[in-house]
Amino acid sequence: MNGVHDMGGMHGLGVIVREEDEPVFHEEWEGRMLALAHAMMAGFCFKLDEFRHAMERIEPSHYLRSSYYERWLEGTITLLLEKGVITQKEFDARLDDLAGRKG
Amino acid sequence: MGSGMSSNAIRGPDSETALRVKALESLLLEKGLIETAAIDELIELFENRLGPWNGAKVVARAWTDPDYKTRLLQDGTAAIAEMGFEAVQGEEMVVVENTADVHNIVVCTLCSCFPWATLGLPPVWYKSAPYRARTASDPRGVLREFGTEISEDTKVRVWDSNAELRYMVLPERPAGTERLDETALAELVTRDSMIGVSKVARPD
Repeated sequence: MNGVHDMGGMHGLGVIVREEDEPVFHEEWEGRMLALAHAMMAGFCFKLDEFRHAMERIEPSHYLRSSYYERWLEGTITLLLEKGVITQKEFDARLDDLAGRKG
Repeated sequence: MGSGMSSNAIRGPDSETALRVKALESLLLEKGLIETAAIDELIELFENRLGPWNGAKVVARAWTDPDYKTRLLQDGTAAIAEMGFEAVQGEEMVVVENTADVHNIVVCTLCSCFPWATLGLPPVWYKSAPYRARTASDPRGVLREFGTEISEDTKVRVWDSNAELRYMVLPERPAGTERLDETALAELVTRDSMIGVSKVARPD
């Protein structure tokens, strides 16, 4: 099955944007996200192929708008919810806590 | 940016995305599924220990040791491991040689597969939609965008990476480097030359 991720040969996506002296991570959370996903795979919470598939299942317009590590975040959350490792409710509650919002 | 577009919502330590990552980490910690030290160690590995300086050593050795070069082109995984650079997730490495007749360029059209052991994490442009799309259909155009002119007589080969198989280019050794030793040669080798979007420049 093809999808928006299957980009080989696609037209109209513009010029390649490069950055001089690019850092490995642009935001601190990017490194943490990469490490979290690797830890989940190393701990057999999910496999690499499942992980890629979870990112490929992101809604196409959202996939195109997301940055690389945002897709890692979405893919990881999707799998952990589907496998019952975390629940949406506890995730939302934790997020509200950290943001100082009332749940 | 995977898409070359950016959004303010993901910038900064207090952005919604940063908070979501933090929420996830804190839940996983609480459940005993991760340890902070292990997460920090992984970040350190990708940030400081894996990078193109490893691949540059492999290239310089291949330029100066013909037997090593033969082994490298025959079984990249083993020859790279010989130098102490092991695959992060058991992926196989294939090394393709640039010559006067063939220029190789590496892409991952589906996502971002990259030879971590020798080059570290890929730059954003490698993961971006325009590079993934166009390298497959117009590699010479992409090469021109990187300022790399490949003569019409030279064949251009595109290698589409996947999770199990990662490609690295063995660039051509530039003229004028006959007197340089392995260490000095390694300093000339750039990440981009090992992806195949550029050549190794002659030393000044």
